[in-house]
Amino acid sequence: MDSLIIIATGSLVAVCGSILGCFLILRKMAMVSDAISHAVLPGIVIAFMLGSDLDSAWMLVGAGLVGVLTTFLIEFFHQHGKLQTDASIGVTFTWLFAIGVILVTYYAGDAHIDQDCVLYGEIAYVPIDPIILSNGQVLGPKALIVLGGVLVIILVCIIPFYKEFFLTTFDPSFAIATGVSASLWHYVLMSLVSITTVASFESVGAILVVAFLIVPPATAYLLTNRLHYMILLSCGFGILSAILGYYLAYAIDGSIAGAMATIAGLVFGVVFIIAKYLEKSRRIAEMKELSLASK
Amino acid sequence: MNLETFIEFFSLQNPNVRYVVLGSILLSISSAIVGCFTFLKKKALLGDVVSHAVLPGICISFMVSGTKDPFILIIGAFLSGWLSIIVLDYIVANSKIKEDTATGLSLSVFFGIGILLLTVIQHSGNAAQTGLDSFLFGKAAALVGKDLLAFSIIATVILIVVFFFYKEFKLVCFDQEYAKSIGLPVKKIELLLTSITVLAVVTGIQAVGVVLMAAMLITPAAAGKFWTNRLSIMLLLASVFGAFSGIAGAYISYAAPSMPTGPWIVMILSFIAILSFFFAPEKGILIKLFKQRKIRNQLLEENLLKSFYKIGEMNEDFTASRSNEELIEIRRFSSAQFKAGLSRLSSQGFIKKENSTWSLTQEGLQKGMRVVKLHRLWELYLTKYLRIAPDHVHEDADTIEHVITPEIEERLEKLLEYPEADPHSSNIPYQ
Repeated sequence: MDSLIIIATGSLVAVCGSILGCFLILRKMAMVSDAISHAVLPGIVIAFMLGSDLDSAWMLVGAGLVGVLTTFLIEFFHQHGKLQTDASIGVTFTWLFAIGVILVTYYAGDAHIDQDCVLYGEIAYVPIDPIILSNGQVLGPKALIVLGGVLVIILVCIIPFYKEFFLTTFDPSFAIATGVSASLWHYVLMSLVSITTVASFESVGAILVVAFLIVPPATAYLLTNRLHYMILLSCGFGILSAILGYYLAYAIDGSIAGAMATIAGLVFGVVFIIAKYLEKSRRIAEMKELSLASK
Repeated sequence: MNLETFIEFFSLQNPNVRYVVLGSILLSISSAIVGCFTFLKKKALLGDVVSHAVLPGICISFMVSGTKDPFILIIGAFLSGWLSIIVLDYIVANSKIKEDTATGLSLSVFFGIGILLLTVIQHSGNAAQTGLDSFLFGKAAALVGKDLLAFSIIATVILIVVFFFYKEFKLVCFDQEYAKSIGLPVKKIELLLTSITVLAVVTGIQAVGVVLMAAMLITPAAAGKFWTNRLSIMLLLASVFGAFSGIAGAYISYAAPSMPTGPWIVMILSFIAILSFFFAPEKGILIKLFKQRKIRNQLLEENLLKSFYKIGEMNEDFTASRSNEELIEIRRFSSAQFKAGLSRLSSQGFIKKENSTWSLTQEGLQKGMRVVKLHRLWELYLTKYLRIAPDHVHEDADTIEHVITPEIEERLEKLLEYPEADPHSSNIPYQ
């Protein structure tokens, strides 16, 4: 039962990450998501400090705001300070992360948060941290429920507005010309990324959530050019990595989240080789056809 | 702050303090210098990738050797940091995946493998492994003699390499095509630059940890860039910022032992950087805003004076009083701007206020006349020399009239032979 819960949690992180990640990598914003996932740390620590019995919903709202703030700062330094984007990302997220780490060490005694959990989380604790209602009824593992809620939020934001996300991703100037606000959807996407990061924080940590945001979508991107196939494929790869990762970690007694990221990388490597091979044989076939046609 | 602690710290009597201070300074300077080059190559996040990617190398070399000897761990770290960049470049060159995605991919997968190996080592019960995770968060406050030795050797290597290849690095960063064309081995120089980046990261990571290492490379360079356009000065500034933050961070964690050194170094660096972003002369955000405002005000004032002049021209009386309505009829201004502009003009002595009407002073008349003259000269120039139709020249002249210098004015006058009238047969006024 426990392993099922852990795999389900990993899969939920993977699915949330895959959906958002596809948009991120198509917008060439993969590193912004990396920045956000680090920058939410001070927000999380402050939330931990404010109430030991933290209210997950409020934390998600706070995270959304911090994500928007990070994106705003990156763009502010880039546009008004004329700082190149990569440097702007680097300066912003390390600064916020440093604040977070200082807060963590300062309040280490008071909050149930430590440095290790910040970086790589501990998904194995998910089954033993249930939400218990006031009447004593056990609702289920907290991380699982929170992540389920986040997935619902993502779907509610993306499915009805798929067209807007699609347009602003592929042709922002056309989107603006037709009256779709590119910056609105940009910030919505960034908020969703922050929410996902915070929800996955305790289970997989700040950095490995990036693996789930970037690696499965990149794998899917190798195989298709159509956005909805890409999203579906990417979810598939993400879930596969979560399942295989769990068993790998189990076999060699290591971090489950680390193993999931390792497997995701491995899947990418395999698909990369296959895609290259397919591309090559397609080219050879084309050449043959051409030479036949010329005869 | 406590003066005793302050003196105790800066007298460097305590060997522990000495190690920490020297170590932090060496690290900060060497990463700041290397960071300037990666910053200028627009590959600032490379350091972030490498710092995450050294973890598997460290774990593997520990597994193989069984010791925590800094030199052995550094070799492993160096190799896996290197590999991550090769993987990144290979993915970008051989697939449709873009650089940012490949960066994030390489970073997170290498780090994932590292975490997996690290936890496997931790769970193996090997007593020697304790402290291996200091690579994740750094241990600047716990530097010992052997670490310092390793740092000094590597920092010296980096400085020597930069010293001897300064010109080559500079060329490759600023003008790669030119570097190629004069026969420099660009690929090899890039390789060298990557190597010293990896080297700087590998050592720095022990002081500030995986995530904050990126800041040690990027932030001093970004701050330095705001103060100068010269590479040598930028390198110097970045090193000074780095060294200062190194000392300050070490001091803070000495005065308040619960405070981590690495994050404080980064906090101070970021603080310097943000101050630079806003307050640097010439490139700072505030000075830019100030300049923009100044130009906006100048445009507004000159346009107002022009309106005065044009009304004067119509009534053949330049210094009579004009009401707000008359002025707005000539040219539309937003009402807030209009009022602010008029009051500034009157405080500068270009116009006088009488009841609720305004009249030009002699200085104001001169200035308004000059703007009108430049406008009309330019219109004539456009029609005469660029063959632009007379009804298409107004917009352009409206912009350029504010920026023409007296020298250009003189040349225009000579070129057009002191014309009487513009293409719309309006009179061109001369003083």
